[in-house]
Amino acid sequence: MRRSDQSAEARKRRTTWLLSLLALGMFGFGFALVPLYDLLCQVTGVQSVALRSNSEQGYAGSSAGEGASRVVTVKFDTSVHPELPWDFNAADISLKVRTGEIYEVDFLAHNRSNGQIIGQAIPSVVPWQATAFFSKLECFCFNRQVLEGGETTTMPLRFMVSSDLPREINSLTLSYSFMRLDSGQQDLPLKKDLQASNKTITL
Amino acid sequence: MTTTTMTHDEAHHDHAPTGLKRWLFSTNHKDIGTLYLLFALTMLFLGGASAMVIRAELFLPGIQLVDPDLYNNLVTNHALLMIFGAVMPAAAGLANWMIPLMIGAPDMALPRMNNLSFWILPAAATMLILSFVVPFFPGGGTQINTGWTLYPPLSIKVGMSMDFLIFAIHLLGISSILASINIIVTLLNMRAPGMTLMKMPMFCWTWLVTAFLLILVVPVLAGGVTMLLFDRHFGTSFFDAAGGGDPVLFQHLFWFFGHPEVYILLLPSIGVLSHVIPTFARKPLFGYKSMVGAMLAVATIGMVVWAHHQYTIGMSLGAVTYFMVGTILISIPVGLMIFNFIATMWRGSMTFETPMLFAVGIVLMFTFGGLSGVMLAVVPADMQYHDSMFVVAHFHYVLMPGAVFGLFAGVFYWLPKWTGHMYDEKLAKIFFWTNVIGFNITFFPQHFLGLAGMPRRIVDYNAIFTEFNVLSSIGAMIFGLSHLLLLYIVIKTIRGGKKAKNRSWEGAKGLEWEVGSPPEFHTWTTAPQIK
Amino acid sequence: MCFNFSTIKKMLLLSLGTFAFGSAWGELGVNFPTPAGDVAQDIYDIHMLTMKVTTILLVIVFAIVIYSLYFHRKSRGYQADQNFHNTWFGNWSWVLVPALVLGVDFTIAKNADTVLKTVWEVPKEKDIMDIKVTGHQWWWEFDYLDHGIKVESRYTPQDQSGDLYLREVDNRLMLPTGKKIRFLHTSADVLHAFWVPELAFKKDAIPGYVTETWIELNREGVFRGQCAELCGTWHSRMPIVVESVSEAQFATWVDGQKVAQQQALAEANTDKTWTLDELKEKGKALYDTKCAACHQVTGQGLPPAFPPLAGSKIATGPIEGHLHIVINGKPNTAMQPWGTLNDLEIAAIVTYERNAWGNDTGDVIQPADVKSAR
Repeated sequence: MRRSDQSAEARKRRTTWLLSLLALGMFGFGFALVPLYDLLCQVTGVQSVALRSNSEQGYAGSSAGEGASRVVTVKFDTSVHPELPWDFNAADISLKVRTGEIYEVDFLAHNRSNGQIIGQAIPSVVPWQATAFFSKLECFCFNRQVLEGGETTTMPLRFMVSSDLPREINSLTLSYSFMRLDSGQQDLPLKKDLQASNKTITL
Repeated sequence: MTTTTMTHDEAHHDHAPTGLKRWLFSTNHKDIGTLYLLFALTMLFLGGASAMVIRAELFLPGIQLVDPDLYNNLVTNHALLMIFGAVMPAAAGLANWMIPLMIGAPDMALPRMNNLSFWILPAAATMLILSFVVPFFPGGGTQINTGWTLYPPLSIKVGMSMDFLIFAIHLLGISSILASINIIVTLLNMRAPGMTLMKMPMFCWTWLVTAFLLILVVPVLAGGVTMLLFDRHFGTSFFDAAGGGDPVLFQHLFWFFGHPEVYILLLPSIGVLSHVIPTFARKPLFGYKSMVGAMLAVATIGMVVWAHHQYTIGMSLGAVTYFMVGTILISIPVGLMIFNFIATMWRGSMTFETPMLFAVGIVLMFTFGGLSGVMLAVVPADMQYHDSMFVVAHFHYVLMPGAVFGLFAGVFYWLPKWTGHMYDEKLAKIFFWTNVIGFNITFFPQHFLGLAGMPRRIVDYNAIFTEFNVLSSIGAMIFGLSHLLLLYIVIKTIRGGKKAKNRSWEGAKGLEWEVGSPPEFHTWTTAPQIK
Repeated sequence: MCFNFSTIKKMLLLSLGTFAFGSAWGELGVNFPTPAGDVAQDIYDIHMLTMKVTTILLVIVFAIVIYSLYFHRKSRGYQADQNFHNTWFGNWSWVLVPALVLGVDFTIAKNADTVLKTVWEVPKEKDIMDIKVTGHQWWWEFDYLDHGIKVESRYTPQDQSGDLYLREVDNRLMLPTGKKIRFLHTSADVLHAFWVPELAFKKDAIPGYVTETWIELNREGVFRGQCAELCGTWHSRMPIVVESVSEAQFATWVDGQKVAQQQALAEANTDKTWTLDELKEKGKALYDTKCAACHQVTGQGLPPAFPPLAGSKIATGPIEGHLHIVINGKPNTAMQPWGTLNDLEIAAIVTYERNAWGNDTGDVIQPADVKSAR
């Protein structure tokens, strides 16, 4: 047998521990990527969900901008995921706005179902280069929205397009995806809601 | 690992233990290496069987054999069985067998951890197979129809079989991390006196880099699938946009692992080639230093170009340009490796035994796969290639020659060393030719299918794609069945054959050829002195 | 050893030959189809350029290896040059080879970068036409944002599409030539990807994301593609058919769509009481397009993922339960909510399901019943 060398054994142990720590560290790094991801997105320009929904960013970028004011077209578009039994539409298809000024538009939401449903809207701006220049001062997308069964409501959006918007952009489209927050994972709330409205149901 | 336990093991193992105990409690690197290789061979056949069902289904348009969900499940399982079940354990098996022999060490540094890292594998494989089988039982939920990429939201919607799969990935990850730690500790601390890092055999170098890559990326995948598990069961929304998460985040986590994984599969085979080609060209490896440098460069650049798998998600111009340029740059170190291999053959005195045949095949076909990789790296063109059959053809041209043929070369190269018998050269050559020809008939036509507009992972296709699919499926049957010959050759060699010399090949160099064929149960108990 | 060499040579010649043969087949449908737009043409050209460069490299590598395999053999008595790696070439090749490869890389990257900019930078004209492309399991929705038109596009089953099976849809994506069109890609459920080879690009549909691509079509024609990102069971049944027409034809089509939509709306809003036969007829048409992909035209389904409706508990049991599952879907299964359909449509589908394939319940569900069940 090879001469047992105390220092060699110690070296081996140290390497083993260091490597184990590295592996654990990388496992942690995987989770650290969740917050780091937004940073990465800002750097690489991937328009992550968090970046677009963040109210902070809307306030931070809410300066009127330094360029000359001009008129641009803002189109409004809505999608409702099938799991969310709501109707959701913009009151206007599009609006001509002056940059640097604050506008308010209404979106109409209606819960078709009998139960209380929670939804979350996720905004996107097209072209994506305009995202940083489109400030949402007040938006229903900052929070989850709760609609009671059959409820109809108006959801206002106050926004401003910065005058710093690159000159070649004359038209931008604001698109909202409305999703159901519990993703329809559980059947229970619906059943309960239906029982509350005194209907018998057998599935 | 204290000295006392080692002494104990030594005493215990003086005569090789027999029966089940020898294998279950083995701390001997040779036995564990054998276990790894046998496990990999089993998984190769399972993964191959699933591939053959896939190709049989795609033989003609229409849905004949398997329903769409079973098809997708097979696609998922084929990838995972081959990558985690066959290639990685086979490479780990070679490492276990050869690294101590090559560096003049008596065993791996952490023999009992070695035992653990192997015996996790059968448990992981059981979980993996359960994830495939569970949906067939009443109440077993839906089949895994996501492909091995497990992209949410689809993977959130799959039934309980996905949980089995996630745990299987956890176990496989733990096993390979333990094995990697062991290999690095061995390589850094147990080299024979005088063997500096830059005198280390190339196979050891490739494994050193591979093991580091594994430790760096596998935990990230484990983290990603853990988040998936939380999203599925604990109401978190890491990947659910409605809850403030991001479905694209998973893709980044996955490919942060997934791209280096390609090099993890590839590098050990590059190491094997660095021994096989000099042996049969009868001249030293050309450019040892540049080989080491190229390998480090590949590993480094390979860590930071993952998003080239996601060109179509809608990144900014700056981001895609960066990933495109980074990916194209990988061709430099890889090109240098290929060049070094060709330069080793150049002005050599070549003979073409089976390991060398595989080596030549690798150099040619891997170049082909690498060049189609350059095409895929080009973002505007990839807008077309992405997720088409062209991609399937590309990565099989990279991974079959680059990883699997390299392992075959290694197996034939060292089989005489392991068993003490020469394998049947004639049969082995027949195996090589059926294998390589079958492989090319299978995957070459898939380039055309992709360019003609056939997406990957579809169970049914329009009749315009029929001809090439028929050809590809015929090739796949030849290719798949040829592995039965491999099995036969291996069994035949284990049972008997021409006695192998200690130095089994005329041009072979290195410490592993100084020990017996087969080697004694304990080798290099006294470390050799390297000049 | 000679035997080995000649077989190697045969293999090499065979594969080279196949490759050359393959290139000559460009016109016969083994390469991308002729692009239908200038951007698409750029993409096609960069594809051809990289393919040519890589083919040349491949031929060079193969030639060198074949030369070496032939001449540097022991059986020919060639003595290994043990000092080859110590010559000036051996000492400097690690600089030479990367420099050469870098040159090739640079050629490709420079050309690719130019094309990339045109492809990636979506034009920002004011009058660009916006079309939202939404991927659903397993159909496409096209919303013409500037015209207020919505088109649902589903694959047509084999008995109707014949040779074009998996390449034909019920409602095509109509696009005008000579106009800049911007696509906004998004998804309503899982990932999908929009791919029509003539348009030469692919873009993922991701829930919560809206990504952009653009095209200006330069010729009329019908272009066929399909979903390119695995999206579950019927991933193979999501064709996309683009019909490129002149601007005048497009305008006519738009008007027709608007009239049809108004008619459908008017019909859905009447207070009329529908008869069983009327609803069954309407219901069959709707069922065959929207439900038959999973539950099959025969109502037999494809168990276990897609349960049969013929004789099922739900389709013959209480009406409330049937309406509930159609409107709200069934969580954690492939059954999605169909609440976006209007009352008349749901009434028709449910009536049909309860009176077809031997489900002779005789139930007639009126739009008002659906309204109260929501």
